[in-house]
Amino acid sequence: MARPATVETTSAQSAASAAATLGRFALILWRSYIVRRLLKAALTIYLVSTLTFFLIRLMPGNPVDVYINTLISQYGFSYQDAANQAAALFAFNPNEPLLAQYRDYLQALAHGDFGKSITSPGTTVTSIIATYLPWTLFSTGLGLLLSFALGVLLGMLTAYRRERPIDHLLTALGSFFQSVPNYLVAIVIVVFFGVRLGWFPIAEMRGAYSPGVQPSLSISFIKDALYHASLPIATYVLTTIGSWLLLMKSSTIATLGEDFVTVARARGLKDGRIMSAYVGRNAILPLFTQAAIAAGFVVGGAVVIEQIFQYQGIGYILLQAINQRDYPIMQGIFLIITFAVVLANVLADLLYSRLDPRIRAMGGSQR
Amino acid sequence: MTAQPELLAMKPPSLAHRLARSLRLGLSVLWQNKVGFLGFLGVLFFIALALFGPLIAPSSGEPNMAQIYQPPSWSHPLGTDYEGRDVLTQVVRGGRPIILVGALAAILSTLIAITLGALVAYVEGVLDSIVMLITDVVLTIPQLPLLVVLAAFVRLNRPWLLALILALLNWPTLLRAVRAQVLSLKAREYVEAARALDLGLFHILFREILPNMASYILMSFTIGMTGAIYGQVVLYFLGLAPLAGDNWGIMLNLAWTRGAIFYRDSMPYILAPVIAISLLQLSMVTMTRSLEQVFNPRLREG
Repeated sequence: MARPATVETTSAQSAASAAATLGRFALILWRSYIVRRLLKAALTIYLVSTLTFFLIRLMPGNPVDVYINTLISQYGFSYQDAANQAAALFAFNPNEPLLAQYRDYLQALAHGDFGKSITSPGTTVTSIIATYLPWTLFSTGLGLLLSFALGVLLGMLTAYRRERPIDHLLTALGSFFQSVPNYLVAIVIVVFFGVRLGWFPIAEMRGAYSPGVQPSLSISFIKDALYHASLPIATYVLTTIGSWLLLMKSSTIATLGEDFVTVARARGLKDGRIMSAYVGRNAILPLFTQAAIAAGFVVGGAVVIEQIFQYQGIGYILLQAINQRDYPIMQGIFLIITFAVVLANVLADLLYSRLDPRIRAMGGSQR
Repeated sequence: MTAQPELLAMKPPSLAHRLARSLRLGLSVLWQNKVGFLGFLGVLFFIALALFGPLIAPSSGEPNMAQIYQPPSWSHPLGTDYEGRDVLTQVVRGGRPIILVGALAAILSTLIAITLGALVAYVEGVLDSIVMLITDVVLTIPQLPLLVVLAAFVRLNRPWLLALILALLNWPTLLRAVRAQVLSLKAREYVEAARALDLGLFHILFREILPNMASYILMSFTIGMTGAIYGQVVLYFLGLAPLAGDNWGIMLNLAWTRGAIFYRDSMPYILAPVIAISLLQLSMVTMTRSLEQVFNPRLREG
């Protein structure tokens, strides 16, 4: 950035050298893996939200029609009455050109404005996301943590007890639940264990917390929230624990064959110490990138599960918005989900290069 | 079969030959692997069900209001539904549309992945960058919500459109794998020889390079099919794909909305399709997993 300030350089020369400096700077930036990765992530988010913007509005039916149809079929309105009511209620014009809508959307978004709901006038999309997203993060996030922790522990167990009954049993169970679609597990829980056997009071467990309770950080409220989230969490853990178990098992087995384990054994270290400090620590590293990617899907991963258990998270609201064709809500939730996935992928990439010493060495010294 | 590796390296066998060899190898290993063989039998069973089910049970019967939610009996081994129709008949008939659309979606997504993946790896440059960007975008799109939006376009008489939509979301993973493989294969001597002989892009891609990946493509086909069936049943269950005729997804939806949550006697009606879909997915996954151990030697030790 040393711009020559001496008198004898002509302005043309200084401009040329400034351009060269700028160019060099841009090149350095472009060579930086992180900068390139972030630019690509931003482009991906933009492309996905543009694509969904147009797809959503090309869907058959629009919010006004859906509302009019509901009034006619459920409340016996005449078409004219229903149309009048819809016009009075919604500030939405389905005949506005798409490109103009798109321009407005981008302009608002640049100011951090996600827009307002069409079907519940006056409610901002931001407030809807702020109300429902925490419940999805809470239930699915807790599910991911539990599933990961249990899967890692059981995976190590099966690797150490290879070819014993416990290995066969856990591996078979893990593979079984991994192959069965998660929504079918949820249906069986509701229909068989809830209705038939009466183990769970399904109707009472609906929602994110009991009606009439004010959310707070008290023990009783947390207990209530856990109670309502328990079935979605159980479904998530049951259907994902298998993959963590299998991953950890093969990773542990691979680590057990490494030289440093043999050396540690030769040094006479205690088994427990080898297991936790040497094998476990190294075997779990490759799983962290996977966990980061899985974390990205936490936001959007529970659409059907939330529907089945009537758990009021972001997926539940998304389905409602889709049925009512509430474009701004759909668009906002899509954007949040996409953002989470893209961010998680960037993090996973960075983690990957940080965790694997071979890649770090390659990126650092040799190139 | 593999007595003369030098000869093989000079002139790779045809695609059909490779496929036949992969199949033979796969079957012989499945025979040794109990679980994998069971999965294979299960897949055969469901193919047979898709082909002959509607022939065995020509119609799902007339609604009979006197027979609503009958418990299992000799005349109705799985009981009856909310209209008094036989549940077993519906299960037997209901596999065909699900399996057909799933297979069609898997064929389409595999075709997209193979042709595009091999092409961009071979040509490289700008086309490669563009396709990889699209791949990244599709990979990050929230799949299920998008599927739900796209499903709104599906009409009753167009199951191929449903297959196309499912396929459009399913190709990126395979494309990446194909691209990576082709990038490494295209540096091999026999491919360079073919290029020197000026055999043409199409010939080199489809006759020289892709046959080497036949086993992998076969496996990703079944993986694609499980994915397509998963998404398809979600759409029917949520009532977002057109509800008409007999299929397991529609059975799930009707059982759920018409009473399984309220009536204890409707239990077989909802559990029957749940078990059918689970068994189908389980068979395909176990079969593929055992095949994977055969074709990917690195997994064999673990």
